[in-house]
Amino acid sequence: MNFKPTLWRLVFLVIICLGIYSAYVRYAHGLGAVSNMSDQFPWGIWIGFDVLCGVMLAAGGFIVTGAVHLLNIERLHSVVRPTVLTAFLGYCLVIVGLFFDLGRPWFIWHQIFYRNPHSVMFEVGFCVMFYTTVLFFEFLPNVLERFHLHKPLRWVKGVMAGLVVAGILLSTLHQSSLGALYLIMPSKLHPFWYTPALPFFFFGSAVAVGLAMTIFESSLSSRAFGRQLELPVLIELGGVLLVVLWVNALLRVEDFFHRDQLANIVKPSYEAYFLWLELALAFVIPITLLSFKKIRRSPNGLYLASVICLLGFVTNRLNVSVTGFETWVGHHYVPKWTEFMITLAIIATGFALFGLAVKYLPIFPEVQAGNEVEKPVEVIASNVIPAPVLVENAGD
Amino acid sequence: MSKALLYDATMCIGCKQCEVACAQQNKLPYSDEIAAESVQSEHKYTVVLTKQEKFMRRLCMHCEHPACASVCPVGAFHKTAEGPVVYDVWKCIGCRYCMVACAFAQPKYEWQSLNPRVRKCIMCPDRVKAGQQTACAEICPTGATKFGERDDLVKEAQTRIQQNPSNYVPHIYGLTEVGGTNVLLLSSVPFETFGYPKSEKLGETPLPEYTGRVMSKIPDFIPLWSLVLGGVYWITHRREDVAAAEAGEKKFEHKDGAR
Repeated sequence: MNFKPTLWRLVFLVIICLGIYSAYVRYAHGLGAVSNMSDQFPWGIWIGFDVLCGVMLAAGGFIVTGAVHLLNIERLHSVVRPTVLTAFLGYCLVIVGLFFDLGRPWFIWHQIFYRNPHSVMFEVGFCVMFYTTVLFFEFLPNVLERFHLHKPLRWVKGVMAGLVVAGILLSTLHQSSLGALYLIMPSKLHPFWYTPALPFFFFGSAVAVGLAMTIFESSLSSRAFGRQLELPVLIELGGVLLVVLWVNALLRVEDFFHRDQLANIVKPSYEAYFLWLELALAFVIPITLLSFKKIRRSPNGLYLASVICLLGFVTNRLNVSVTGFETWVGHHYVPKWTEFMITLAIIATGFALFGLAVKYLPIFPEVQAGNEVEKPVEVIASNVIPAPVLVENAGD
Repeated sequence: MSKALLYDATMCIGCKQCEVACAQQNKLPYSDEIAAESVQSEHKYTVVLTKQEKFMRRLCMHCEHPACASVCPVGAFHKTAEGPVVYDVWKCIGCRYCMVACAFAQPKYEWQSLNPRVRKCIMCPDRVKAGQQTACAEICPTGATKFGERDDLVKEAQTRIQQNPSNYVPHIYGLTEVGGTNVLLLSSVPFETFGYPKSEKLGETPLPEYTGRVMSKIPDFIPLWSLVLGGVYWITHRREDVAAAEAGEKKFEHKDGAR
């Protein structure tokens, strides 16, 4: 194994080193030393991004498994494995993130022993716990196939339908409940984002992001591993994404109208700027892009639309968790650099693990079959490398 | 009936004896520097604020329906029958949802600690249970902080406003805010002056109800949604099953015929 020091590998190494330093500060000097969280801002980006966005970005798992196993749409089969892998890694990393954010993470098991059924957090915690287990079993066939363990493979495939149903049920519950976390703060969260419909919007955005993320990771991995892009599948997903975005957008507008906020959101204000950014990235730009058949049918157009859409919904969650509280608190929260580093290190770990899994497990059968697979860090590297010739897949 | 505190800002002389007593009672550090701090923190459960020669105490409101107790995933907070909202440090996992959820921003955190606890006024639960007053009420030289039955204190507050309407904002803060609290406040200046959230913004609905409306639907939602999902699966796979069964039958018939 010859290790070539490329720019992106260097970036990866720097991020991991700074992440390890930040983790040291977190555990040696406490939350106050590592973050800019305070009594006024008890939740920072570790909740706003790592948890709220992490869970949202992993939503592809239940969307795609549901489409393939439940709706029996066989032609989407080729994206199931990478999506399940992303979801499984995503949830594992959310849990890793909690070990930095929780003040007393060594007592995380109290969740199981001292239950408070009235707490949304309790419900989210249990759903995430169970769903990560479900994802583990949905992911397991990759490992079992790799080691030719046919008997347990048959067992897992035998209960796959049950797993998928459980996965969708658990996802519906906790994706929406992440929004329900904020229902108890009507006086604190800014009216642009506080609405009784928060759970519905969090679920709706999870569906959109699940689709966008599937397009994103499929495009990215085809560039990284030089494999064929399943373009017809992605075009179809892009079409569904367009519809889902329209539904989300119309419901948002309806909600603003219903709560008499339409006049306020067009008036310039600190919150309005962030809201405009969010609405532009999540709805206006991707909907416009995807509406053009030419863009929707091109690999780069789809890729661009899905990335912008992802950024839009990430902005939305950060608005709900950070921007929406700044007026109430009376000052701004800007994460400390060590806070950013832990988040970045978690993301980098995710990319690296994805690359490793693709290298050693039959995630993309055609990649694994070929002996020349790029090294894990290359996944990140490929971000900037112009896409190789994208061959249209005849569809399998 | 539950116990409560009535703090009448017009009677307060700003001596900060309540701060001292609170620190002693809860074994918190207290010094001239801490006395000069005008914010609540993990080492200052209550604070006497001064603005334009007016005083105002801030402390946990001990809501009748506390948001902190409702949101805590491990039930580290609970409302006692006597009135205090208390905290069980052993259960706490440090998620800080209580801090985010509290409309009065009362729970504070030991940000510098490696095993941090949530800190807030717990209304001297041991003293209250033993039939004593809270430390702050006991030491108050002017009776500005008064301890007693909530109902009695509400009546007394109403009487004070009636007898001296020019002296007071005509409102008992905590009577109906977020469904009522066990700390009641009287003041000659608007409560917002000292950072209390506006009453109309808080509303009279107990905060846990906002989540309760959603959470109460979950027990019905789970079986219903499972049934729908299972149904969808059954329908979409029915065709395959039928086709497979038909193929099987044909094979069987064929074998039969051959025999």
